[in-house]
Amino acid sequence: MSHAQTRDMSTKNLRIAAMAGAMGIAMLGMGYAAVPLYEIFCRVTGYGGTTQRVDAAQAATVQATSRVMSVRFDSNVNSALPWAFKPENPVDRVSVGARDMAIYIATNKSDQPVVGTATFNVTPVQAGKYFHKVQCFCFTEQLLEPGQTMRMPVLYYVDPAIMDDPETRDIEEITLSYTFYRSKDGIAVDPATGES
Amino acid sequence: MTTIAADGQILDDHAHDADHKPAFFQRWFMSTNHKDIGTLYLIFAIIAGIIGGAISGMMRMELAEPGIQYLTGWVGAGASMDEALHLWNVLITAHGLIMVFFMVMPAMIGGFGNWFVPLMIGAPDMAFPRMNNISFWLLVPAFLLLLGSAFVPGGTGNGAGTGWTVYAPLATTGSVGPAVDMAILSLHLAGASSILGAINFITTILNMRAPGMTLHKMPLFVWSVLVTAFLLLLALPVLAAAITMLLTDRNFGTTFFDAAGGGDPVLYQHLFWFFGHPEVYIMILPGFGMISHIISTFSRKPIFGYLGMAYAMVAIGVVGFVVWAHHMFTTGMSVNVKMYFTAATMVIAVPTGIKIFSWIATMWGGSMTFKTPMVWALGFIFMFTVGGVTGVVLANGGIDDNLHDTYYVVAHFHYVLSLGAVFSIFAGFYYWFPKMSGRHYSELLGQLHFWTFFIGVNILFFPMHFLGNQSMPRRYPDYPEQFAYWNEIASLGYVVMAVGVLIFFVNIAWAMVAGRKAEANYWGEGATTLEWTLSSPPPFHQFETLPQIK
Repeated sequence: MSHAQTRDMSTKNLRIAAMAGAMGIAMLGMGYAAVPLYEIFCRVTGYGGTTQRVDAAQAATVQATSRVMSVRFDSNVNSALPWAFKPENPVDRVSVGARDMAIYIATNKSDQPVVGTATFNVTPVQAGKYFHKVQCFCFTEQLLEPGQTMRMPVLYYVDPAIMDDPETRDIEEITLSYTFYRSKDGIAVDPATGES
Repeated sequence: MTTIAADGQILDDHAHDADHKPAFFQRWFMSTNHKDIGTLYLIFAIIAGIIGGAISGMMRMELAEPGIQYLTGWVGAGASMDEALHLWNVLITAHGLIMVFFMVMPAMIGGFGNWFVPLMIGAPDMAFPRMNNISFWLLVPAFLLLLGSAFVPGGTGNGAGTGWTVYAPLATTGSVGPAVDMAILSLHLAGASSILGAINFITTILNMRAPGMTLHKMPLFVWSVLVTAFLLLLALPVLAAAITMLLTDRNFGTTFFDAAGGGDPVLYQHLFWFFGHPEVYIMILPGFGMISHIISTFSRKPIFGYLGMAYAMVAIGVVGFVVWAHHMFTTGMSVNVKMYFTAATMVIAVPTGIKIFSWIATMWGGSMTFKTPMVWALGFIFMFTVGGVTGVVLANGGIDDNLHDTYYVVAHFHYVLSLGAVFSIFAGFYYWFPKMSGRHYSELLGQLHFWTFFIGVNILFFPMHFLGNQSMPRRYPDYPEQFAYWNEIASLGYVVMAVGVLIFFVNIAWAMVAGRKAEANYWGEGATTLEWTLSSPPPFHQFETLPQIK
């Protein structure tokens, strides 16, 4: 090969390598972009039992139906959080489409004020996109003074569209589950999703 | 400028002595020669293979009968049962990571890829010889970090006990101590090494083919490495992102995978398997390429359906990126998502089937000889087909609910990797060893190695199908009495396999000491690619004048 050819070759080499390198960096970026994209995906599709959030006006447009189903309430506390946390009633019978208020009761068992934040989902996970919350203690962080007990409301309804979806129309019981964690310092929780 | 150019000319003239080799340290530690770097990779892979294989020997020892026999003793006096069980997790983690990142990948891509891609396309060397050197030498500290992690705290005991998948939250809040950080950094380095290698291969293959060698005239091994390099380039950065998030979750208070801060551990699984599934094709595709050459050589026929073979690999690579969640069927997916991932996974059986049938069609009516590389290649086809069939079974979301994390899965992926990838590595090794070293191995020992190894691994892994169907879960050092029978047989199979490996090393030693000198094309008319036009071993610098491809 002549020197001119070699020089030509190495310019071309560098160009291909730069393109390949850019592909690699783009995929690295995709890896990070997956974090917000996954969150949006879960919120929009109800994937993994992610519940939906609606405002009172939207909720008012929904009509109660004659179909009744059970909603069971589950509660968990991370071991790092010194709280007791229980639903007032383990299960409610509700009409699909009707708004229902469930109460959870949390007590701070320690001698210090503690901030907790709750994550949530429903099972069967397919019901996530039909489980609408109008109001929930899980939208914000909760502060409990030492020994304080708080009643925490969840205002929700099950979207009647659940009866039209072949994947969900046979569901007779939905379990709404919460897990309370000690709030991480300096991490703002997005009130829309309960995710940061 | 003129002076420098003149000096350069003189240096160039000096380098025209094709067989001028640098001194030992320069040659092996500062190497920029693709063949020397390939050799380094192969030696590295063999060392890693011995370590990874020894670890699996420890595992088969412990699993030979029910109860905990050896783990407590291996941890040391005064060890608690929890520490002993943690050691088990460390062993399975190390075995998986070593075999994937430090044995199969370096052997296939770094070893055979470096050695034969430039030779087959008629190039003087890789596009970026010094980057090639960096790729190799990144692997050494990566391996040392992983081995070193076994000696520092990793939660319940010493070492990283997370499994090769490094799932959160076990790998974040579940493993306190520097061991997992070291393992993650090890993966970072190994990943960087592979990404640089992939860029090098892509550039070399796209830009440095000899005049006349169009993409559609390129040998299938080169095709396989090209596809593999693209898979590496697209998959590894996602792993890098995922494990960097693990690292910051562990050390810097982020909560990518921590539900307490709004993260989701399942996201880690998605990211990991988006890398992990292409990774399994990364480990097998170069093997496909080698097997094509070997089958063709020993059938004395060109490969059947060349274009179909090349594009089957491209198809496997492309579809391999959209099936990842079949590793996660039990994470709570809707029926529709499961159906998609089941169907997409099964689609991969089509291009894979094209390859298997084309290999058989190549042999059909061929003038076959059953030399050592050929028996390994035939062993590969048999094994890979068995592993492929169980893969189609596992692809079914409904069946996977039952078989997930059982020994059936272990049997499946060892049939495609331990028996598929490793058989193709041995096939390639025997095919090219005289080309690389200039010396013939003993055909008798090669055949003996094959049969011992073939029988050994089948006794070792086939019973795992039965154990899995009986629901024996993977990743436990102990099991109920009912699983004792097949476990004992599997452990015996390990011993047979180990004897086979021993024969392999005897054979290499024999070849080095007493091996007959190899001629340029020792396989005769069936071997048609460019490496056979060169002497064995090839000159230190080859193709000073580029070959013309008609």
